[in-house]
Amino acid sequence: MANATTAPKIVEPTVFDLSSPGRKGVSFPDPDVPRAKLPESMLRKDLPLPELAEVDVVRHYMHLSKFNYSVDGGYYPLGSCTMKYNPKINEDTCRLPGFLFTHPLQPIETVQGNLALMYQLQEWLKEISGFAAVTLQPAAGAHGEFTGVLIMRAYHKSRGDSKRVKMLIPDSAHGTNPASSGMIGLQVVQIPSDARGNVDLKALKEQCDDTVVGMMLTNPNTLGLFDEHIEEVIKLVHDCGGLMYGDGANLNALLGIVRPGDLGFDVMHFNLHKTFSVPHGGGGPGSGPVGVVAHLADFLPEPLVGILEEATDDEPPLFGFIKPAKSIGRMKAFHGHFGGGHVRAFTYIAMHGPDGLKDISQYAVLNANYLLARLRKTYHVPFDRICMHEFVAEGQFAGSDVRALDIAKRLMDYNFHPPTNYFPLIVHEALMIEPTETENKDTLDAFADALIKIADEAKTQPDLLHNAPSTTQFGRMDEVKAARELVLCCWLPEDYAEKV
Amino acid sequence: MNTPSNLKYTKSDEWFDPASGAMGITDYAQSQLSDIVFVEILVDEGDTVEVGKAIASVESVKASAEIYAAAAGKVTAVNKDLSQKPETLNSDPYGAAWMIKVEGGKTGEVMDAAAYEKYCAERTN
Amino acid sequence: MTYIPISPKERDAMLATIGVKTLDDLFKDVPARHRFPKLDLPPALTEMEAAAELADIAASNENVRGDLISFLGAGMYNHYIPSVVDHVLRRGEFYTAYTPYQPEISQGTLQAIFEYQSLMAALTGMEVSNASHYDGATAAAEAVNMAWAQFRGKRKKVVISPTVHPQYRAVIRTYTQGMELELAGDDPNADLGSGPEALMSLIDDNTMLLIVQYPDFFGRIYDYTKLIAGAHGKGALVCVVANPTALALFKTPGEMDADIVVGDGQPLGIPMWYGGPSLGFFTTKKSYVHKMAGRLVGETVDSRGQRAYVLTLTAREQHIKRERATSNICTNQGLLALASAVYMSLLGKSGMRQVAELCYHKAHYAAEQLSKIKGMELCFREPFFHEFALCLDRPAKDVNAHLLEHGILGGYDLGQDYPSLKNNLLIAVTEMNTKEEIDSLVEVLSEVDHG
Repeated sequence: MANATTAPKIVEPTVFDLSSPGRKGVSFPDPDVPRAKLPESMLRKDLPLPELAEVDVVRHYMHLSKFNYSVDGGYYPLGSCTMKYNPKINEDTCRLPGFLFTHPLQPIETVQGNLALMYQLQEWLKEISGFAAVTLQPAAGAHGEFTGVLIMRAYHKSRGDSKRVKMLIPDSAHGTNPASSGMIGLQVVQIPSDARGNVDLKALKEQCDDTVVGMMLTNPNTLGLFDEHIEEVIKLVHDCGGLMYGDGANLNALLGIVRPGDLGFDVMHFNLHKTFSVPHGGGGPGSGPVGVVAHLADFLPEPLVGILEEATDDEPPLFGFIKPAKSIGRMKAFHGHFGGGHVRAFTYIAMHGPDGLKDISQYAVLNANYLLARLRKTYHVPFDRICMHEFVAEGQFAGSDVRALDIAKRLMDYNFHPPTNYFPLIVHEALMIEPTETENKDTLDAFADALIKIADEAKTQPDLLHNAPSTTQFGRMDEVKAARELVLCCWLPEDYAEKV
Repeated sequence: MNTPSNLKYTKSDEWFDPASGAMGITDYAQSQLSDIVFVEILVDEGDTVEVGKAIASVESVKASAEIYAAAAGKVTAVNKDLSQKPETLNSDPYGAAWMIKVEGGKTGEVMDAAAYEKYCAERTN
Repeated sequence: MTYIPISPKERDAMLATIGVKTLDDLFKDVPARHRFPKLDLPPALTEMEAAAELADIAASNENVRGDLISFLGAGMYNHYIPSVVDHVLRRGEFYTAYTPYQPEISQGTLQAIFEYQSLMAALTGMEVSNASHYDGATAAAEAVNMAWAQFRGKRKKVVISPTVHPQYRAVIRTYTQGMELELAGDDPNADLGSGPEALMSLIDDNTMLLIVQYPDFFGRIYDYTKLIAGAHGKGALVCVVANPTALALFKTPGEMDADIVVGDGQPLGIPMWYGGPSLGFFTTKKSYVHKMAGRLVGETVDSRGQRAYVLTLTAREQHIKRERATSNICTNQGLLALASAVYMSLLGKSGMRQVAELCYHKAHYAAEQLSKIKGMELCFREPFFHEFALCLDRPAKDVNAHLLEHGILGGYDLGQDYPSLKNNLLIAVTEMNTKEEIDSLVEVLSEVDHG
């Protein structure tokens, strides 16, 4: 650890460090209209932004980009995140001028292309999932969840059923499930998993009463396992008047395999950024459409895209916006993540067709089971059965102080991105591995070989793991310093004044 | 691990001092949470707390926890310095890092120091 | 077309390793009666076909860079985006990375977000910024969540100015429907000319948050200093919804002592994209940082003594705090925060000011010319930035239809949201509008007058 008195070494200065008064990155034309009088008393005195030339900015961000690991650069088996390869054509289609430069409040007659695309995507997502209606508005998975939970609440309320306050959530769930429920004041009841990684039916039965809003279930769950009693689970929740929420985080295992709507789910969000190849962008933007069964369609957020005038022999249909009768309201301004989300997902689905979509899930599941088969002798897999698109192993060995974190960091030295670790919470030292369908056998073998070698290193040279990574530009971080000192901003007015 | 004998302890790792009416989190609790970076006292002077009611929220680098009242009573003092120096919870959990003081402090189910040490030892193994 | 790089031979070898015969054997846990549904979707397109189809769809829109001259704003603006921005965004290292959970191999994203936070704090005049929310409207709703958490539910009233963007107010209503909360001031029939101090009468000891917009929805610039001091006097927090371009020119909400500043970052280098994705910025005072939702990047050092950045205060977030978290938010708008950081770095001190001034001068030229037309006048007298409300002597809808016939995208029809403004257009002018464009708007509208 660095001595507190020595200044840290700066690998890449910030744009504020690089600033030099008088440099310009871009020029705009002089006004072609007379200058209007500015309201002096309302003007800001100083605008403390950096001053850089174009080349300074380009080189700076190129330098930064080199510090990132990415799917384009290597294998990224991050469990529950579906880090598949993102086709390049998507980057071109979403940047077509007709998409980039249309305003969300333009008259619908001038944006029939956008509306037709959104309508078609709603229809395709309905077909893929087995739901009766889909909204494209939610901005991300968690936003979709919040939408779904609001719909469930509104449904019960509309029936005068006001005593329902409990949301049932398995112990393997993503943190967003309880957080979404907490946002509207629901009481979260945790349901344990059984020995085979399914929902514990006995525990579920005990909680199923007339105070249940519903259940939020990820299936396949975060262990990568398809619940063996899924239809019984859903029946139990329905029989007590609850609604079944499907967390679509793991939909990449189900395309053309099974439709959540057919299984009896009532509401589900899609993650276009996982399943349908919208790139993750270093943490967003995502896109989290929500599908519902017919009796919940009236509660969807406004607006939906619909057909206002049916097609005739000469004219295509007129697409526009419709407001569902009992809508929960608006989830964000405008119409959702159209350009970055809907256009890319549309392109992806159009290029796959029904057979291609099924291939995605079949090969995602093949790759996961192949890695599981190669690794189960070396790493303990607590719920070991045929998995879906991912599986969870334990990153610990008897008699060794090596932890999952050390294994994760050591993988970086082999030029792999680590799996998700310490999640789900029900597996000790969890390593959650999701290979995705876009990796070839050579990559999977190299990754398995590295993990097997690391297991050996854990026994023979544990310090290699404790001190990993050693081959990357940056080593492990002092997270306590970050949280205690809370330097969240490199802009301070005094500093800037000195520099100018 | 430090377990002063004059204090009473809860299963959720809070301590209570019957002499002064003060309460806080135990040495075991702070070591489990590791580096504490934030604490918020959730009650004000003059409030009445009941056993098991959340009196504070604590966040470390990796975890968060709710802290529950070990004894019921009227709040007579709140440690206002604590939010400025949350690391005190790691360095001096029974002293400078007391959270609130109550009057009349009626405890619920509590353990003495010996029983609490045994309880912690069981969980460590 | 698929992107699966596994040959049939390799597949068979892998199946053999697993110990099953066919791919279908991997799905026995799926109830048989629902297994392998036949999806009614069109057959797959090749890349060449998809490129052509998408080009057709896009071309069937009328865009504002060639097809139409635009004076439409109302929350999303047609600004120039320098080439550098998209060149940086197209780096696979940035756009195909995940959330930076592994800081050793994510310093590119982490430092870029740290710079975004710093730039945003500087622009709004505040102490800290988070890594961004979905958009301006959801950022405003998160301000309500933060205030709720700050007062631990003990105060239950939010006062919101009727001149906050109607869609932002709608989103706040949606977000708070599960909370026992009173929304005051959210009334489209309120007197829109009475000035911000009128809100003071609604603020009481139960008020947790006051929300105002700057410039307001009608483009007006107010100094909220007195109002904010008044709200603070009642113990309430104040959130200012701001336009970031305007902040390059005008006194910051920070100078007015606002507690929270939110807004939509779209004007900062993000295309309109038919409404999204953009980003919602969120800046505040350092003392509220633990109650703020969303990702946060902090500076630290690594084990080699190098300055580095990490996601910090993560124990506030949903994956640890679960149902006790302030918000369920997981991601930020990472790539778009990068776009805004690049945009602000490139334009910098002088460029940002230049864009803001161009918007101001051109909007004022347009306002002056338009108000000369018989039957038209400016609705309000207050100073404005780059948007203004124009009163007409006929329905705004008819005027817009006439403009569209001449290839002009008119303003936003204010009657949709405010019954008293049914013959009013909200006109937006940016640096993209040339004098010729403004003159042709004036000319076409003069024809309306004559015809």
